[in-house]
Amino acid sequence: MVLSLVIISTVAAGLLAGVYLLTLDSINAQKAAKQEAARKAVLAGHEDGVAIETAVDGFGGQFRVMVGFDAEGNILGYEILEHQETPGLGSHMVHWFKNADKPGQNIIGRKAGSLMVSKDGGDVDAITAATISSRAFLKAINQAYADFHGVEATTGASQLNVQSDEVQGTEEVVIEVAEEDIEEAADEVKEIIIIEEKEAQDE
Amino acid sequence: MSNALKTLTNGLLKENPTFVLVLGMCPTLATTTSAINGMSMGLATLFVLVCSNIVISLLKNLIPDKVRIPAFIVVIATFVTLVQLLMQAYLPAIYDVLGLFIPLIVVNCIVLGRAEAFAAKNSVGLSALDGIGMGLGFTLALTLLGAVRELLGTGACFGFHLFPDNYGALVFVLAPGAFIALAYLMVIINKLQKK
Repeated sequence: MVLSLVIISTVAAGLLAGVYLLTLDSINAQKAAKQEAARKAVLAGHEDGVAIETAVDGFGGQFRVMVGFDAEGNILGYEILEHQETPGLGSHMVHWFKNADKPGQNIIGRKAGSLMVSKDGGDVDAITAATISSRAFLKAINQAYADFHGVEATTGASQLNVQSDEVQGTEEVVIEVAEEDIEEAADEVKEIIIIEEKEAQDE
Repeated sequence: MSNALKTLTNGLLKENPTFVLVLGMCPTLATTTSAINGMSMGLATLFVLVCSNIVISLLKNLIPDKVRIPAFIVVIATFVTLVQLLMQAYLPAIYDVLGLFIPLIVVNCIVLGRAEAFAAKNSVGLSALDGIGMGLGFTLALTLLGAVRELLGTGACFGFHLFPDNYGALVFVLAPGAFIALAYLMVIINKLQKK
């Protein structure tokens, strides 16, 4: 009895380990490709822009947003990489805040940092019946902007190719630099990660 | 009606997993916010159900009675994880749509229920047919529920807007609407079945 359960579990574990190893490279490649596509999309052709990824807690759990900034810190674009907001309500954020026809809700081209929904005294129209998701979304954008400033202040944003990775905890951003700059950028990178951790304690 | 055909059609209406057996309510209520979500969850479950039914039917003589439930769960969980890994690696487009639902299949009691009630007692062929029938029944029920909720909640069906955006009663997209819509659908289906 015990033996048969042990055998079944061992076979299952072996099978899973094998398939995991087999698919690992392919899955990582897919993730990287998706991130690269998002980076291209949020920079909208601006080669000197910076793409920054942040994660915040929304209504239905954590979601990840990639935001593109130009050299002056104006928002070029954003992509939601992953979210579990309510379909039909919070899920509208995927396109709501980049609707060029509705200036009240469009954040493209605006300066981030203190964006707030109109209910909180700001001037961005929240998604109808999804104020919590909208708040979280703007918080993510503002956070990305704070990171953008951190990056610019230390290493000069224009040379950086920022990519990020969900590691653990609320927010973490991993910054990738051109290979020859890695040595000198290493200290700054650490600093930015520390800035991030402080940010994460908000709320 | 032949035995095979009976097994296949059993899950569609007579023993529909959602409306008659009332199994797997957690994914039913949680994922049917739109027709396409419901259908996706149904199809993902269909796949795992067929695979697990086949494997459990094959192993039924090797698994001692006393440890059959843990053994079934190991088999099902292994399948779900395999499906998730393989889909993520080789079918990324489908994974983008279904990815969220796949881990939920493990906790779906239809899969364990059919393993216990059918696959552990029947031949491989019949078990596969039972998996297909039950899976399709589940898919149909979830698609129907999703379509009703999406239509009432947002005025759309499968993402196509039939009414302007503001005409939806949002409660149907949220959790209470899931219970209300499910209850009414159950009433209607039970009424139709009795005749």
